[in-house]
Amino acid sequence: MSRVPVACHVKGTVALQVGDVRTSQGRPGVLVIDVTFPSVAPFELQEITFKNYYTAFLSIRVRQYTSMHATAKWVTCLRDYCLMPDPHSEEGAQEYVSLFKHQMLCDMSRVLELRLILRQPSPLWLSFTVEELQIYQQGPKSPSITFPKWLSHPVPCEQPAPLLEGLPDPSRVSSEVQQMWALTEMIRASHTSTRIGRFDVDGCYDLNLLSYT
Amino acid sequence: MLQEESDLSLIIAQIVQKLKGSNLYSQLERQAWASLQRPEIKLESLKEDIKRFFKTSGWEKKLQNAVYSELSVFPSPRHPAAPPEHLKEPLAYMRKAQGSWEKRILKSLNSMCTELSIPLARKRPVGEQKELLSKWNEMGTDEPDLSLFRPVYAPKDFLEVLINLRNPNYENGDYLSFRTHLGLIQVPLKVKDIPELKELFVELGLTTGQLGIDDATQVPPELFENEHVRIGQKVLAEQDSAAAQQYVRQGSPTALRAELWALILNISSQPEDILYYEQLKTNVIQHDLLVDSLIYKDVKLTASNDDYYFVFEDYLYQVLLCFSRDTSVLGHFAYNSASPPKSYIRGKLGIEEYAVFYPPNGVIPFHGFSMYVAPLCFLYHEPSKLYQIFREMYVRFFFRLHSISSHPSGIVSLCLLFETLLQTHLPQLFYHLREIGAQPLRISFKWMVRAFSGYLATDQLLLLWDRILGYNSLELLAVLAAAVFAFRAVNLMEVTSLAAAEAVLADLSTLKVMPLLQIFLFATVT
Repeated sequence: MSRVPVACHVKGTVALQVGDVRTSQGRPGVLVIDVTFPSVAPFELQEITFKNYYTAFLSIRVRQYTSMHATAKWVTCLRDYCLMPDPHSEEGAQEYVSLFKHQMLCDMSRVLELRLILRQPSPLWLSFTVEELQIYQQGPKSPSITFPKWLSHPVPCEQPAPLLEGLPDPSRVSSEVQQMWALTEMIRASHTSTRIGRFDVDGCYDLNLLSYT
Repeated sequence: MLQEESDLSLIIAQIVQKLKGSNLYSQLERQAWASLQRPEIKLESLKEDIKRFFKTSGWEKKLQNAVYSELSVFPSPRHPAAPPEHLKEPLAYMRKAQGSWEKRILKSLNSMCTELSIPLARKRPVGEQKELLSKWNEMGTDEPDLSLFRPVYAPKDFLEVLINLRNPNYENGDYLSFRTHLGLIQVPLKVKDIPELKELFVELGLTTGQLGIDDATQVPPELFENEHVRIGQKVLAEQDSAAAQQYVRQGSPTALRAELWALILNISSQPEDILYYEQLKTNVIQHDLLVDSLIYKDVKLTASNDDYYFVFEDYLYQVLLCFSRDTSVLGHFAYNSASPPKSYIRGKLGIEEYAVFYPPNGVIPFHGFSMYVAPLCFLYHEPSKLYQIFREMYVRFFFRLHSISSHPSGIVSLCLLFETLLQTHLPQLFYHLREIGAQPLRISFKWMVRAFSGYLATDQLLLLWDRILGYNSLELLAVLAAAVFAFRAVNLMEVTSLAAAEAVLADLSTLKVMPLLQIFLFATVT
């Protein structure tokens, strides 16, 4: 399925914390990232990809375009999606993640704004976030070609010529030939990426020192 | 679900691509061509008829085994946005630590080169080539002067690197808090606890028959052993890799072990494989590598001094020298956090067309490396088969024991698993050893890095390696290490120094592996 990246503006993360951020000793466990699409019309969201960095749970809220004049409301489309099965350990901490339209709780057909709510309940990590955020919309469907009339509406068959004795049925032969042609095409298209096995360069393997780069 | 379907097609595409370059592919092609002569293959249903022919002639089974083998080795398919280094190792700080460690090894090797004025590699003069060829089967009798060579690193150097491994995003305070790990490893990897281990190793439970326990002389063979051997013969007759892997979880009968392991690792000695080995032998004859001297030194220091393995000295040279020349091993660096060292042909520094890997297989041996091969010599006597088995075992398991990674079977996870098990289930012992300055990992590390080779009696070691193959995981090494400590806990509680603790645990040759594992996992009161 084709997809097209959507230009987005990712606002800086805002920590949600009780009390004063500067004087309080504990680290915030909730961060909010706003994603806006300044130059794009409301679009249908297909996929969200990002690289996790120690975020344990992700919720996403979306604001969609409504045709009425009333302001659009925020709706939760993903609730507490688990990125790290054990928030205190490294599992899933730096993984690449994709979220698709069908995993969302609501319809994502006219997205205006997204809000990512990151949670990391464990106090062991110094910071957490998501990186390399990319939003994708549905790519263009393959262009519809108009077939010439005689292809899409073939003339009803005339009476086929009587089969000569001893010759195979032409329609069967043509389907067999088509199958074999398809097989040969497949074989021709395949190639392998195995190494050849030579470690020297033109028979020479005289080395002095190892390289550090 | 859409995601699972696309994951599956990705895995299928990757495995097909991998198998296309293999011997099996060309064999299947040849068989398909030959089968066209057969009367039951009709042109109009060509594809179906050939598929049916493969099924009945056993070729489908071979293909199944090859796919199963790829699935066992292949890591989960990577996300399309993930770069290749993410597949090697997902955590950035571990990649960095592995890179620095590798740089240290390279520096050490380079300084050895310059000190001894020996090139990394050179072409042997014809006279020397002839001499080596004539002595190929008795290289052990050669006594070159190796006094100036020293191993590039030993397990204890590697342990120091692991002890200093830190996650920069982790709370590594100087003061003790609930966050500090009391052991030596300070990275918070996910390790299994005993209930999870019990679930994973369910076939080692008290109610399942085991070789290593239920084949003792006092137990009548009708109870378990005879039936188990019969099933083993059936598995071999079916030539099914997956069934063999399931079977060896309960241990493998000595007579069937060599064939079963070959089936699990999907090794069949074809003429092409023997030819490949001969080609590697030619490479050894033609080019002399500095790494060869390191291998010689390692074999002389370790395997030759071992009561069980000194008889196999010549085999070890024949396998390890060829292993260094085998470029097919480079393929495993796709999923190994390590990277092969690079060099340039003399006089062509910096020119990419003259860049090569050194050694050709990218693996620099360390002190004790030859012990990975030595136990296999009991099973395989033909050098090319022994070589293939060792190579497959290395690219599936052994490489994880000397590279820094977050994989559950990687050495870092094994160390943390060992320390966590000991701390959770023998807290008094752990605390006591820590207080006297004898951190348990300092003693057990060398066992795990060598997969217990050279520490256990050979028959016990082979029973342990049966289970490693059966479960496709090295976690049992950590469990066994903890079980050994539990077994000698009473003596260990009385020692007052690291040296005394080492002395208590110096000799493991009388231990029986399977009862220890069973008791620790299934019979300890928690």
